[in-house]
Amino acid sequence: MKQDLMKQKSKDPVLSKDFLVQLYKDMILYRRFEERVHVAYTTRRKFAGFCHLHIGQEAVAAGVQHALRPTDYMIGAYRSHTQAIAKGIEPKAVMAELFGKVTGAVRGKGGSMHMFSKEKRFLGGHGIVGGQVPLAAGVGFAIKYRGEQDICVCYMGDAATNQGQFHEALNMAATWKLPVLFIIENNRYGMGTDIHRTTSVDHLWKRALAYDMAHSQVDGLDVLNIYDAVKATADGMRRDNHPHLMEIMTYRYRGHSVSDPGAYRTKEEVAEYQAKDPMNMHGKFLVASKLATEADLVKWDEEAKKIASDAEDFADQSPPPGEEEIWQHVYAE
Amino acid sequence: MTTVTLTFREALNRAMCEEMERDPNIFLMGEEVAQYDGAYKVSKGMLAKFGEKRVIDSPISEGGFAGLGVGAAMAGLRPIIEMMTWNFGIQAFDQIINHAAKMLYMSAGQFPIPIVFRGPNGSAHMLAAQHSQTVEGFLTHVPGLKVISVSTPADGYGLLKSAIRDNNPVIFLESEMMYAFKGEVPEEETLIPIGVGDIKRAGHHVTVVAWNRMLHRVLEAATILAAEGIECEVIDPRTLQPLDEPMIFESVRKTHRCVVVDEANSFASVSAHISDRVHKECFDDLDAPVVRVSSEFVPMPYAESLEDRVLPGVDRIVAGIRETLY
Repeated sequence: MKQDLMKQKSKDPVLSKDFLVQLYKDMILYRRFEERVHVAYTTRRKFAGFCHLHIGQEAVAAGVQHALRPTDYMIGAYRSHTQAIAKGIEPKAVMAELFGKVTGAVRGKGGSMHMFSKEKRFLGGHGIVGGQVPLAAGVGFAIKYRGEQDICVCYMGDAATNQGQFHEALNMAATWKLPVLFIIENNRYGMGTDIHRTTSVDHLWKRALAYDMAHSQVDGLDVLNIYDAVKATADGMRRDNHPHLMEIMTYRYRGHSVSDPGAYRTKEEVAEYQAKDPMNMHGKFLVASKLATEADLVKWDEEAKKIASDAEDFADQSPPPGEEEIWQHVYAE
Repeated sequence: MTTVTLTFREALNRAMCEEMERDPNIFLMGEEVAQYDGAYKVSKGMLAKFGEKRVIDSPISEGGFAGLGVGAAMAGLRPIIEMMTWNFGIQAFDQIINHAAKMLYMSAGQFPIPIVFRGPNGSAHMLAAQHSQTVEGFLTHVPGLKVISVSTPADGYGLLKSAIRDNNPVIFLESEMMYAFKGEVPEEETLIPIGVGDIKRAGHHVTVVAWNRMLHRVLEAATILAAEGIECEVIDPRTLQPLDEPMIFESVRKTHRCVVVDEANSFASVSAHISDRVHKECFDDLDAPVVRVSSEFVPMPYAESLEDRVLPGVDRIVAGIRETLY
């Protein structure tokens, strides 16, 4: 694999040392951020509600983001802390939002499941499984309506593909050739249910066949592989305005939410995936390729921990929203 | 003011056309709205006028195309989404309630959703349980939505224009039975503000509040009672969320009696809310408890005789008004 990657590196000028290092820095930041969130929730009890961590799936957030343009839109589901950070929302604002503080991304009105940034074109954070998929079709519709070259990335989990709205949206996107990249983060479990127990097809990319939509399956354990796949797909979509369904095979190490003990899978299975952890693999690749030293990895880890810890301090020190906020933003002027 | 006579469907069509000419970000999407000219011909001629980019036949996927509209609004467009009937619109309640209504709030003001969901509401004639429902009881309950329910072509015209210009999700309720109704509509471009009611008939004995199709039955009942010397003041709120409470309260303080006529089922409905508000705010002015005339609490039966009995008929409305005049 390493040799293949080095070959790619030589072919693609974008795959510079800085870029390859940045992928690692991003992934370790997402990991350390989510670990900090977990501690803040469970040990420090700084906030409550639902909290879905992305630990194990960081390569998806990092690989996809680097393949996009800043003007591309992104919309996600309820496991979207790291996607929000990837799209440009400050870790401090995400942490403060989790803590329900007025300095949060949405002033303490959305919480874990509803991060938004109009400026960064991050369109949420949505808590109804599959509900964001037609929204993405609408964003694609608007892009095409105005004749722009952007695309909209729509993240969803594997189980969202069994919602009716997913199918309605894919049909419309395919019929009208809307530039939406539907990304299924297939972590194999819809909450505690193995996706194969509830789904008629063995591979979720096959859902695209019903809509005659371009599709692919991507190994999500290799961040460069994700980057390459999304880059090539997005370039094609910009050329001729079409949607694409991409199934990225990934795995989450923690429960569906922080309150999930994970009794539906074995410790061995989790350990098996952790042994081929995409972040660690990429770190080893950097060292083996002499793009970094072990000491560099430790340094970047410390930097990531510092950012997460600063975010937590910021959230701790921020005030909650004032009571007047209750009545604001119910209706627009 | 010079007026022209238009049917309801023509008045709504004119409102949409004027707004679409004004703002290129507005588009119309729904089942049969383009090539078929609309299931009820409300969008007649619009495909020819605006082209297939802006007048779009959707698949039969109410949840899907409602959601597409919400997403398009997030990205800066101003969609008009037609529901062939609001009974089908119930398929889209997830998008309307969970997404459109809450987006501005959840995003702390970053994503307003300027969208109109419009279509016929309520019963028509012998369409049975799945095609005869009213949705205002469900949707006025949801913070973030505005709900308009109109009874005349002029109100339809002026309020649909305001709905399209509003920066919030607006539910716009029409009626299959009223599309052919004719009425005088201002010749000049006119907007009616959202949230302002209209006194459709002045009187001093009893205030009767009604909207949409029931308004016309109330006007019939008022004519019958006028022959006996009973003068009803008929108030059409036109907007149910927000509700023009001051207009209702002012009238009740004058008449001391109030009847609310509502096509919805009686339990937890808009009429129940208005009754509660009048009791609370006009308690000392009332000479009788507020009376509500609603549909019976049953799914709509098919048979004509049963449907007539379930809906508030003119006879039941007259009886309801008399109940307050002791």
